[in-house]
Amino acid sequence: MKAIGIILAGGNNSRMQELSNKRAIAAMPVGGSYRSIDFALSNMSNSHIQTVAVLTQYSARSLNEHLSSSKWWDFGRKQGGLYVFNPTVTVDNSWWYRGTADAMYQNISFLKKRHEPYVIITSGDCIYKMDYNKVLDYHIEKKADITVVCKDMAVGEDVSRYGVVKMNEDARIIEFEEKPMVSKSNTISAGIYIVRRRQLIEMLERSAEEDRWDFVTDILIRYKNMKQIYGYKMKEYWSNIATVESYYQTNMDFLKPEVRKYFFRDEPKIYSKVDDLPPAKYNVGSDVRNSLVASGCIINSKVENSVLFKKVFVGKNCVIKNSIILNDVYIGDNTHIENCIVESRDTLKANTYYCGENGIKIVSENNERYVL
Amino acid sequence: MIRKEMIAMLLAGGQGSRLGVLTAKVAKPAVAFGGKYRIIDFPLSNCINSGIDTVGVLTQYQPLRLNTHIGIGIPWDLDRNNGGVTVLSPYERSDNSEWYSGTANAIFQNMNYMENYNPEYVLILSGDHIYKMDYEVMLDFHKENHADVTIATMPVPLEEASRFGIVIADENKKISEFEEKPKEPRSNLASMGIYIFSWKVLKEALYAMKDQSGCDFGKHIIPYCHERGQRLFAYEYNGYWKDVGTLGSYWEANMELIDLIPEFNLYEEYWKIYTKSDMIEPQYLSANAVVEKSIIGEGSEVYGTVYNSVVGPNVSIGEGTVVRDSIIMADTVIGDHATIDKSIIAENCKIGSNVTLGVGEEAPNKLNASIYSFGLVTIGEGSVVPDGVSVGKNTAISGETGKQDYPDGTLGSGEVIIKAGDSI
Repeated sequence: MKAIGIILAGGNNSRMQELSNKRAIAAMPVGGSYRSIDFALSNMSNSHIQTVAVLTQYSARSLNEHLSSSKWWDFGRKQGGLYVFNPTVTVDNSWWYRGTADAMYQNISFLKKRHEPYVIITSGDCIYKMDYNKVLDYHIEKKADITVVCKDMAVGEDVSRYGVVKMNEDARIIEFEEKPMVSKSNTISAGIYIVRRRQLIEMLERSAEEDRWDFVTDILIRYKNMKQIYGYKMKEYWSNIATVESYYQTNMDFLKPEVRKYFFRDEPKIYSKVDDLPPAKYNVGSDVRNSLVASGCIINSKVENSVLFKKVFVGKNCVIKNSIILNDVYIGDNTHIENCIVESRDTLKANTYYCGENGIKIVSENNERYVL
Repeated sequence: MIRKEMIAMLLAGGQGSRLGVLTAKVAKPAVAFGGKYRIIDFPLSNCINSGIDTVGVLTQYQPLRLNTHIGIGIPWDLDRNNGGVTVLSPYERSDNSEWYSGTANAIFQNMNYMENYNPEYVLILSGDHIYKMDYEVMLDFHKENHADVTIATMPVPLEEASRFGIVIADENKKISEFEEKPKEPRSNLASMGIYIFSWKVLKEALYAMKDQSGCDFGKHIIPYCHERGQRLFAYEYNGYWKDVGTLGSYWEANMELIDLIPEFNLYEEYWKIYTKSDMIEPQYLSANAVVEKSIIGEGSEVYGTVYNSVVGPNVSIGEGTVVRDSIIMADTVIGDHATIDKSIIAENCKIGSNVTLGVGEEAPNKLNASIYSFGLVTIGEGSVVPDGVSVGKNTAISGETGKQDYPDGTLGSGEVIIKAGDSI
């Protein structure tokens, strides 16, 4: 195998509001049955990458639990495997990961011990399918030092939360701005990079000497005129879930037939931890329209344009509209939920009303669960 | 080898011929159940939930699906360094090679497997029943009574008792008599086909009866132990236990899962049932879908109406189609504007648009009235039903059928289409 994988999954973001209080973004549930990191992990596995390191930091409990067995993504192998690196205190380092480059630098011995020539770096909060070998072939063909996977966003879309790039006719990246207030292009970096392993080690060590810790601003942007940095345009579905709006929208995208076909039907598939839940059950009074329902759900009332994650219980005479109900939520009778994201393991009392008036409302009640 | 206290031997080689076309290509234990599971998942999950981590699964009839399903036992946590699940199929020997000719004969042929583990007790199970049972409690009962053989029994209505092996036990549950399918039953305690043997007793009995043809536990081994004056005890079980040996009882057991709080509840936290699931995707119900009183499996897409039915994973139900009182197994595709009434449709079938299943008056089935009754339409695995045909009750279809197989576009009640190459 020619490459190893690194998944950056340490991130947190205030734009996720309460949703990221209990977990890293990479552990956010997505598409009814998955967690965000499943997409990057499955892409690695489906690209036959045998060795993958996940770098975690912020609220990693939920993520670590999800990754407690590597067998779901077929990484339970003698050759290679899945490594989870949390920050640790050592003799010469007592820092948390101070940035993406630092996260890799603190685990540089892992990079040094491997023998594969290339490293594929991706983040755990992007929803996409990709055969990294195609990007690797492109990287080799271009004789690039670093290849950045790019995506053209729709004209007029706000790209101020992304890295914005500009390429020349040969696809070399000539401009790279991180989170610009005003952007000159609608091509963004998808947060997927390919770089030669030795090159990466060298750049990480140099940055560390200079007390620079961010992979994008301190390596990509600083090196862009010195090194050959190329862009690889992807045309397929790609979405970053790191804000409440984009998280909501990404989940709602799965109600579209073409998105479902792309992720659920077309090979290769996305894998996730199997929960051994019974199939969903629809009792008398259930009226579910244009919605996704995961296993273990029991439904007794009206659900419309919504995504119900695993093991959701919906009581009688409820109305759930345009909402996302995360795993293991109990919803009491006569409850109205509209334009909401209901946090996982929550219990909503009977006869309550939740409605996002301007935008999406995040519901997190922490009630005791008396029933069931 | 670390010695195991109790190992389980699971008999999964039977065809289950009373399930008709459903078991044409798979053994009965591999038949789908409850929108996600296969019948064998219940005894296998019971084993691991009871702390039994060494299970030999004896296969013979059409074992491919079973082998694929069981694999190395990952879904049941039976992938062990020591023990775990082992699929035991008949094999060739230097002398006297033979198929498994009876339940006890099958166990006898795997004497080496059991000796490897040198257990104190052997649990004999069959892969035909839907139930949750803690075998450890039964083992405690066995030990308390210093029993040689313990037979799991359950009370059945006296009028039905003649269909079962019946035990007559005293107040201490010690068995005094044993009758196989008695005409005039003197007790209502029916054997469930679940036995715990003390290993030495089992070994001795199997060797003693090794020349018996078609050696069977109920017919030969239990009577043999009884005659020798060994201590036989009846363990009484009072939970849900369902033999899904006929199409009627199979259909009924599935339908019982739909009840608001079913007697057999798959949603209990404790005593989970495990299965190999290839599908993890959520299911999608379209803007025009109507689903009530039903169970729907992972990754299915419903555009029509489903009422009072059990639908497996990765099934597609078209626009305007109405499914009622039916069981639809994995990967089946049903076209648009079809009407499916009281049907059992096996895995990977294609049902055309505007098809009507289960119409008209009942008529006895012409091929085998005792198998294809209960007013059901039964469609075997991988079958194709062309657009626009209508099919009556007590019917069976197996194989890729075309318009020419349906004179006037109908298959009357009681008729059967079995395409060449398919057997029942």
